[in-house]
Amino acid sequence: MENAKVSRRIFLVSSGGGTAAAALATAGLAPAQAATPAGTPTPGGSTTLNYPRRAVGKATSMPVNEVVSFSYPDASSPCYAIRMGAPVPGGVGPNKDIVAYSGMCTHMGCPVAYEPGTKTFKCGCHFSIFDPENSGQMVCGQATEDLPQILLEYDARSDSVQAVAINGLLYGRQSNIL
Amino acid sequence: MTTEIRDRIALPTKDAQKTNLTCHFCIVGCGYHVYKWDSNREGGRAPGDNALGVDFRKQLPPLAITMTQAMTNTVTDRSGKRWNIMVVPDKDCVVNSGLSSTRGGKMGSYMYAADGIGKERLQTPRIFRGSEWLDTNWDEALAIYAGVTKKILDTDGPSGVMFDCFDHGGAGGGFENTWGTGKLMFSAIKTPMVRIHNRPAYNSECHATREMGIGELNNSYEDAELADCILATGCNPYETQTNYFLNHWVPNLTGASMDKRKKWFPGETVATTKLIIVDPRRSATVAIAEQVAGKDNVLHLDIEPGTDTALFNTLFTYVVDQGWQDKAFIEAHTTGYDDALKTNRMSLEDGAKVTGLSVDKIKQAADWAYKPKASGHRPRTMHPYEKGIIWGNDNYVIQSALVSLVIATQNVGRRGTGVVRMGGHQEGYTRPPYPGDKKIYIDQEVIQGRGLMYTVWGTNPFQTTNNAQQHREALTRRADIVRTAMSNARGADAATMVDVIYDACKNKGGLFVVGINLYPTKMAEAAQMMLPAAQPGEMNLTSMNGERRMRLSERFMDPPGSAKPDCLIAADIANALKALYSQAGNTTKAAQFDGFDWKTEEDAFNDGFRQVGRPGVGPIDSQGGPTGYMATYALLRNAGNNGVQLPIKEVKNGQLIGTEMIYTDGKFDTKDGKAAFKPAPWNGLPKPVADQKAKHKFWINNGRANEVWQTAYHDQYNEHVKGRYPMAFLEMSLDDARAANVSPGDVVEVFNDYGSTYAMAYPMKSIKPGQTFMMFGYFNGTAGHLTSDWTDRNVIPYYKGAWASIRRVGTLSDYKNSVSFKDRRFT
Repeated sequence: MENAKVSRRIFLVSSGGGTAAAALATAGLAPAQAATPAGTPTPGGSTTLNYPRRAVGKATSMPVNEVVSFSYPDASSPCYAIRMGAPVPGGVGPNKDIVAYSGMCTHMGCPVAYEPGTKTFKCGCHFSIFDPENSGQMVCGQATEDLPQILLEYDARSDSVQAVAINGLLYGRQSNIL
Repeated sequence: MTTEIRDRIALPTKDAQKTNLTCHFCIVGCGYHVYKWDSNREGGRAPGDNALGVDFRKQLPPLAITMTQAMTNTVTDRSGKRWNIMVVPDKDCVVNSGLSSTRGGKMGSYMYAADGIGKERLQTPRIFRGSEWLDTNWDEALAIYAGVTKKILDTDGPSGVMFDCFDHGGAGGGFENTWGTGKLMFSAIKTPMVRIHNRPAYNSECHATREMGIGELNNSYEDAELADCILATGCNPYETQTNYFLNHWVPNLTGASMDKRKKWFPGETVATTKLIIVDPRRSATVAIAEQVAGKDNVLHLDIEPGTDTALFNTLFTYVVDQGWQDKAFIEAHTTGYDDALKTNRMSLEDGAKVTGLSVDKIKQAADWAYKPKASGHRPRTMHPYEKGIIWGNDNYVIQSALVSLVIATQNVGRRGTGVVRMGGHQEGYTRPPYPGDKKIYIDQEVIQGRGLMYTVWGTNPFQTTNNAQQHREALTRRADIVRTAMSNARGADAATMVDVIYDACKNKGGLFVVGINLYPTKMAEAAQMMLPAAQPGEMNLTSMNGERRMRLSERFMDPPGSAKPDCLIAADIANALKALYSQAGNTTKAAQFDGFDWKTEEDAFNDGFRQVGRPGVGPIDSQGGPTGYMATYALLRNAGNNGVQLPIKEVKNGQLIGTEMIYTDGKFDTKDGKAAFKPAPWNGLPKPVADQKAKHKFWINNGRANEVWQTAYHDQYNEHVKGRYPMAFLEMSLDDARAANVSPGDVVEVFNDYGSTYAMAYPMKSIKPGQTFMMFGYFNGTAGHLTSDWTDRNVIPYYKGAWASIRRVGTLSDYKNSVSFKDRRFT
């Protein structure tokens, strides 16, 4: 069981290899997409749930390095979108720099807080740290999963950012869709 | 591979099988439950429809559960039937109260599945022939193994048969397996040529404290909730004993256990708890402790590396000069006080000069830890310690200095105190006495060409020993001689192969190397044979944690292929040797291998742990002591994840009653029952280490990281860990990195006169200039290459004592772009 999220991240930034190929096969992507450059949003190809599409905000009006709160896929799942200011894996928008994550730590569901100074999410319960510029990778901590990344899409004509799926299981749920 | 679903999880059905599993990674031994059910079914979301009894129809609030995908798996039993499993922390276990660390939380996914993280597990015996690893069956493997062993025993004697073997609990250990291997090595083969998993001889890591009459695990985790002050040396519990820290230290540091302290100690002043951390590095624990306790209640004594002895001697002197020692206790319950004080005496000024601390800081520490409280009572100060001392500058002397300070202030045998190891693995020692009268530096035996056969059992010295590069080169060179001989022995049956191997070892300088392990490990680069072992969950296994809490981890699935518990592998080897000697008509020698007619691991448990001190039974060294016989699998199963704290006092109404704290009666483990002070002169750094320090700019501190267990034997196959740390990281200061033109993620060479290795640079602002911290024991970057061959008088290495130079190799864009290099310290 490869961790599809991490594998994908490695794939996005490296020249590709066995792990990445396996992740692609898992995700059901065509090999041609192996040339996808870093920072391109990845479809939620490994999921089977019927996610809603929710507006997160207007890309160009999002402040840099500040969180925009929203709920996804329902009202009981707090999430944060951030415009990082530079392109990041999974980033969308004109600058490929807008990402979004669950606001609940994957370890035991405590709220994570964004710290602009270090550009990390931190959980005050058991001190896990997550990196939004690296697909929610756990920097240090007690979680066994990175922070679930909310997959976004950007519509340039309307400048709107929309949440369309989630990569990773939200805390406290059997399924991301209740 | 099947499609991976990342956003939902299968719940255990209401009728799922539920068993107990103690986490088999770090010493803390958190309690978990294993749910196992038909893979074609899943439980419903209503609380009555799943085995967890949890309502998943709505979002659960924070702290309600720990249940992640890493805790699940689908396994296949030997009949081909598939089962879902879920391994979740037990809320009723007093050790972890439902908490799960990032290591233990992965136990479920580390169970064997053909397409899982554990897919590289050894499944059958393997033999290296014709330049490749080939599967073989147990019959051939045992015929060769036992045949070579017999030939060496008959011709050269037991000293030709060497072992590097675990002696701990948890995975690759436990009372069953230490007994099985110990009985084979010590009673049957009778070889003294044995070293232990993390050190190059057969020795304790706690000689000094034991000689002083104080076993190293003498309190309960609860005592950390009760202490007035914790003086922690050379340990980083947030990363390495996580739930001991989170579930027992933090409640005291936040004041949550204040009412409990008042209730337990009426009439005593109970003030805000103080934490003193002795560690040259500002560790994750320092940073988090400051968050939870407030900076005013945490004192970080960032001593110069290797100066612990000077610090403890200075504190001892200052305490006595202030009159804070416990004169009545010293008089009634100790010996050697005057001698120790005379030898250890060190002024505040001298102590400050050696340790690099200010006089004020040392006085502050003494005030917190030893100054009588307002009520007139002595503070209850707990003294936990780990690798900073165990693998520090002269283990024996540092322990002598620390424990002398502790007994002068009676910080042992009182609740809320204790001078205790934090520990690495769990414990699980039951063996016949070691059949030798001196400590033998086995790595040097290998290097110098001695010994003919080397079984590397549940260990990986290539990644973990000191002076590792020289050891690895010598072992590989000698092993290769045997590999070549075996490759050229075409058509050889087992008996012929035994002769070929023996000839290569005896006459050509070769070494027959056999790895017994879960995975091939790095030993596959040198060995000629590998035998597949089982892990907890695939066998019943008992161990004890750092508060001597013994639990039974229950078997819930089959090991992969024909893998077996280590104790039964030992029995197979002994029985094969017995058969060879019987066939040869040597009944005396055959009888030496009697007593291995075990069918299950419980047979091994009953043969060792439960026989200690029983009438007619020879001497056995066991952490269960002479009351171990009271522990049966049935009683332990009933005791669940709370088990029993050794030694067992009695069985009452079907319950095992244990011991929370040792030495409460003031009687210590010496002949006269008195704790013995031990002189501990401050002697500076050992010369080989001082020489490296003089030549090389950087101190290469090294140790474990939170996200990785031991050698990463499982973790190296898990993208969650491997993706985070594709290579051993090297924390270095921002200034040093800038000066060396090193940026985050760059590969650097770290080298000194003993060896060289590579690491992934991880500059961080909390690291001091001239200091670094490298992951120890990792699969990609070996810190042990840089440690010297120097050991203390008991052959304990100074793993922490490495100084080296650093050279930038270059950039790996993969690392730079996929690994976060943000600060690992919580701020």
